[in-house]
Amino acid sequence: MAETLDWRRGEAGDLILAGARVVDPASGLDEARDVVIRAGRIAELASTGSASLDGAERIDAEGLLAMPAFFDPHVHLRTPGREDEEDPETGARAAAAGGYCGILAMANTDPVVDTAADVVALRERAAAEACVPTGFLATATRGMAGEELTEALELRDAGAIGISDDGLPIASSRVMRRVLAYQGLHGLQLALHEQDPELSAGGSMHEGEVSAELGIGGWPSVAESIMIARDCELAAYESARIHVQHLSAASSVEAVEAAKARGVRITCEATPHHLVLTDEALRSLDADFKMNPPLRTEFDRQALIAGLRSGAIDCVATDHAPHAADEKAEPIESAPFGVTGLETAFAVLHTELVLPGVLPLDLLVERMSAGARAFDFAQPRIEPGAPADVVLFDPAVEWEVGADGWESRSRNSCFKGRALTGRVQLTVAGGRVAFRRRSFALGVAS
Amino acid sequence: MMRDLLSIRDLERSDVERILERAASFAEVGRREIKKVPALRGRTIVSLFYEASTRTSSSFELAAKRLSADLVSVKASGSSVEKGESLKDTIATLSAYGPEAIVIRSPEAGAANLVARWTDAAVVNAGDGKHEHPSQALLDVYALRERLGELDGRSIWIVGDVLHSRVARSGILAFRMMGAEVTVCGPPTLIPRGIESALGCRVADSLDGLGDADVVYALRMQRERMRESFVPSIREYARAFQINERRLSPRQLVMHPGPVNRGIELSGEVIDGDRSLIVGQVEAGLVVRMAILYELLAGEPRDARDGAASLEPPTQIGEPA
Repeated sequence: MAETLDWRRGEAGDLILAGARVVDPASGLDEARDVVIRAGRIAELASTGSASLDGAERIDAEGLLAMPAFFDPHVHLRTPGREDEEDPETGARAAAAGGYCGILAMANTDPVVDTAADVVALRERAAAEACVPTGFLATATRGMAGEELTEALELRDAGAIGISDDGLPIASSRVMRRVLAYQGLHGLQLALHEQDPELSAGGSMHEGEVSAELGIGGWPSVAESIMIARDCELAAYESARIHVQHLSAASSVEAVEAAKARGVRITCEATPHHLVLTDEALRSLDADFKMNPPLRTEFDRQALIAGLRSGAIDCVATDHAPHAADEKAEPIESAPFGVTGLETAFAVLHTELVLPGVLPLDLLVERMSAGARAFDFAQPRIEPGAPADVVLFDPAVEWEVGADGWESRSRNSCFKGRALTGRVQLTVAGGRVAFRRRSFALGVAS
Repeated sequence: MMRDLLSIRDLERSDVERILERAASFAEVGRREIKKVPALRGRTIVSLFYEASTRTSSSFELAAKRLSADLVSVKASGSSVEKGESLKDTIATLSAYGPEAIVIRSPEAGAANLVARWTDAAVVNAGDGKHEHPSQALLDVYALRERLGELDGRSIWIVGDVLHSRVARSGILAFRMMGAEVTVCGPPTLIPRGIESALGCRVADSLDGLGDADVVYALRMQRERMRESFVPSIREYARAFQINERRLSPRQLVMHPGPVNRGIELSGEVIDGDRSLIVGQVEAGLVVRMAILYELLAGEPRDARDGAASLEPPTQIGEPA
């Protein structure tokens, strides 16, 4: 990943994470070890207290979790066009603070990313500014208009990681079929925002009891699952593969399960906010709970959790969507969709799903980086020889998601004010320290 | 003491009783030669209407004037709002006048709740999108009690486009709070999914059971609903759901929030007949809105709102921040 994506590499320093509880889901390892990082790779998992390496920084990690760092296949960096909300530097800083060693940025910027030149310009910027490896998708259709295909061969050669019209669905079945068929030529993963625009027209929140009560336009769950079902059929017909973004509904999980059972090549993701919150949050009439797709019912939330547990849902993605405070300080129906998520994702899921025993820790850790595989990257591992993509997480720290203290340029978090248990202290990407919490003391070089 | 009037949910039955009792006492003021009391002298009320309105805006303005308050009236058309000023900045600007109350009508759900976060003034929701219209619900209860007495055990049918109706949402909450049973009735395309459990009412998709109703509350049916495919035609809607003499028994009362589409949701003879409370509703609107303003503003000066994000007028370029 560090070799493939763009970032401001800097010097790799050698590290010893001494006495960390190493959780590596792929090998089943869950034990205290000294993690030795040398020349950008994991050199050794030594027994506690036994590791030494000349010139390495020794970090006392006793009581902390050392896990494969996370990968987010779905973030919005708002560049070009809205650098006041986020840019590759601040977005990558937010990712590092959340424990991520790789992020993929969506193309629905203003203007959109739909030419090779756009991709090259963004890659150059990330190479100069981003503290974690960053990849860029291009749009699937020109101008995201859903009508003409983008030049995917050229985009691929320019370094686009995939294609997506995220933010908008590809409404036309005919165009969708062409996009899928053309995938055979370039091989890029296609990420899909599934929303029937007719059925969801005028909707600002889930259609259900709460929207009935509030009189806010509803966007029903069938508007998502119908499109997923359509695209699974088309993907099967064209022997293509798809990645379905931000599942929100029980009926969508069912559609994905059925497609996977039939052998359709499909991966999908769910966000922390859909896994933790429901449309009840909208009773506050606070636009920081407005996102697309919308928060749905407890039944849907439980189906998403079950899907994540069973593997029907492959990975967690944040859909990190920064917005200017002034734009979110509007009534719900005119405020923009989207919430930030990179800096809170794992802490939220650790607090709400792992600590209560809903999901095992190792399963969640696996799902936090499995998005890499959907886009043809190796999934981070903690094993000797692997690239050093490691997050150090203090599972006992209690903190409150606040109005301040963000690395992101925007603060539109739907978890603001929430008490969380556990926080990322250190993120190592490709052997470089990408983030170190200020309160996390420097170790003494051995 | 009430801080704001944003939703019927903010009220207890005792609050409603108190407001309506005071409204009844204000009814007497309207019969005097000098129709004015000094209750709110020296208090400033801002009325901010982002939507066209006749009844609500004029009755709030007249209510403020009858209570001797100073009124600043802002309509969206022709104001800074039309020039693209945000709601937050508009409130900051108007807050510079030091108003004790802001009455706001907005096409967007939750607008009044947002304003309440930004100002120490009392905020009155005069209608926010399809969400709520609490003063309308209170005046409806007042007008109905004038004619029927207590509402406990009464059956009220709300007929028509419930999906797009803030009047219906506040009405269901208020009528139920006062002990009535509420049925909503209309084409399934215009009844919100889940409204039964959300608001505790019954749903009927035809007028077959209308005989049970003590009160039939017809909602405005807009012609654009036909173009949006909610109903095949206004003619067909009227055929199935118009409230007319044929469908009513002599004991049943009829209400409507206005303005009425004569011959669509109500027949002309019903509008003009004895069972119609429509004019009574308009009369009730004035005294109930006087009572609401009095409830919020009379008595001790208000404290600053806990945790309110106080709004400064926007800093001018060139001024030190």
